[in-house]
Amino acid sequence: MIELKNISKTFKTKKGEFTALRDIDLSIRDGEIFGIIGLSGAGKSTLVRCINYLEKPTSGQVIIDGKELGSLNKKELLALRRNIGMIFQGFNLLEQRTVLKNVLFPLEIAGVPKDKARAKARELLELVGLSDKESSYPSQLSGGQKQRVAIARALAPNPKYLLCDEATSALDPETTRSILELIRRINRELGVTTVVITHDMKVIDSICDRVAVMDNSIVTEIGTVAEVFADPKSETARKLILPELKLVETVSGGERIRLIFSGENSFTPVVSNLILSCGAPLNILYARTKDIDGRAYGEIVLQLPADIRAAAKVKNYLEAHGLTYSVLDGGESHVGDASEAAG
Amino acid sequence: MSEMLQKLLDNGILILGIWETVYMTFISAFFAYLLGLPLGVLLCVTAKDGIRPIPWLSRILDILVNIFRSIPFIILMVAVLPAAKLIAGTSLGNRAMIVTLVIAATPYVARMVESSVKEVDKGVIEAAQSMGASPFRIITRVLIPEARPSLTVGAVISLVTILGYSAMAGTIGGGGLGMISITYGYQRFNNEIVWICVVLTIIIVQIIQEAGMRLARKTDRRTA
Repeated sequence: MIELKNISKTFKTKKGEFTALRDIDLSIRDGEIFGIIGLSGAGKSTLVRCINYLEKPTSGQVIIDGKELGSLNKKELLALRRNIGMIFQGFNLLEQRTVLKNVLFPLEIAGVPKDKARAKARELLELVGLSDKESSYPSQLSGGQKQRVAIARALAPNPKYLLCDEATSALDPETTRSILELIRRINRELGVTTVVITHDMKVIDSICDRVAVMDNSIVTEIGTVAEVFADPKSETARKLILPELKLVETVSGGERIRLIFSGENSFTPVVSNLILSCGAPLNILYARTKDIDGRAYGEIVLQLPADIRAAAKVKNYLEAHGLTYSVLDGGESHVGDASEAAG
Repeated sequence: MSEMLQKLLDNGILILGIWETVYMTFISAFFAYLLGLPLGVLLCVTAKDGIRPIPWLSRILDILVNIFRSIPFIILMVAVLPAAKLIAGTSLGNRAMIVTLVIAATPYVARMVESSVKEVDKGVIEAAQSMGASPFRIITRVLIPEARPSLTVGAVISLVTILGYSAMAGTIGGGGLGMISITYGYQRFNNEIVWICVVLTIIIVQIIQEAGMRLARKTDRRTA
């Protein structure tokens, strides 16, 4: 288990002090994939570097499997890092080494005998699907292949934990999907506890079990992906979850509400029933449903009729039927980009 | 062909001169790298943003290197002759000159090495740190191997610089093409000898440059 207690980090810059992290409390359970999402500059990269002490927190404690990192001497810290693999946005492969030798690198550091190391490296290259590339150099590989090599390298010392720092941010959507699938497979098959840093909600809802939202050096909310997704409390979480609605323009119209589906009611024709029973025209601005962790989740953003009585009728219907919704704005002035959401 | 040139060819002085220049340059470069490579790595590693910051050491090394770098070679050469005598047992001849060349070239080499090692991608260093690599391992397994192509290019530039220094050493008792052009050319008003030495030096530099660059390209896996 990874426990972060009261972690703060300030950097001294020429312009004065800069606080990257403020009183962060988190615990990451064994076996889960834990996501940390935030906009750039929120402090998430600094936070993930505190987990393996690449950044030493200014105050607070990092406790991994009961060991407080601040109390370890240099040697113990280096040994502990071998139990925490890490992959990066920029892959960070050794450019002058072959693929196989890249995977061998952490094993050299750990002092694993050569033949044993080779067997392990080949086994991992097989796992990530790059057995045929072992004597290629990184410059000859695509981005996705490079990240696969980096994953094999990170897993070579059999780490219990894997840290992914924006690991898919430099990849195209198709490659991102395949890398995320690989990370999930590693989590399931090898039981590697994984921490994923990202600014992309798709990464979170395709592989994470729990998520923490970071904004401005603090964690604003934390919970299962379903909870945070269904009812984002902070402004940042809303922005990240509903990026499509960021574009606003002034169009007259009614209030916008966000209807949240979870579990069973995502299969009932809620909107049709709603329109039929209220007799009110509704504009669907945005809709998506997603399979998260074996259950269906979804959301629909509706624009209510401008007529206040009709709008109230719709709200009453929703409340009567136990449907969760939240009001996005007061209507009239800010309405989502209808052209994008029309489909 | 002048009488002088004929004489220099007949008694083998010109051929010996070429050999002495090449030999002084390479031996000096070898020792300059023996000292300058660790010094350059140390400059980089102990710097404020290095992998093992040691501010006082970094500061001292930086000042020392700057002092030696700012003395013109022709002056440094004379100033370090006592040291040459102490180390080589003589203040004359090629052995003494190699000592002065090494003293002059080491700080230069250190700066070349420092700048090459600084180019190594910070992310790769961070990856090595995340794997639990000690600073020493990072130096030997990451910094130097990853900087190799740049180090090779730096070595070519250093060699050419040392070759230039070695010609100056001809004025205070060193051998080689520098000595020949001064003793037989300049002092005897024989321009032909001077020009022949110039052309020979250019040829040596071209060979070093071409071979070195080819080696750097061939061993760089980023373009393989």
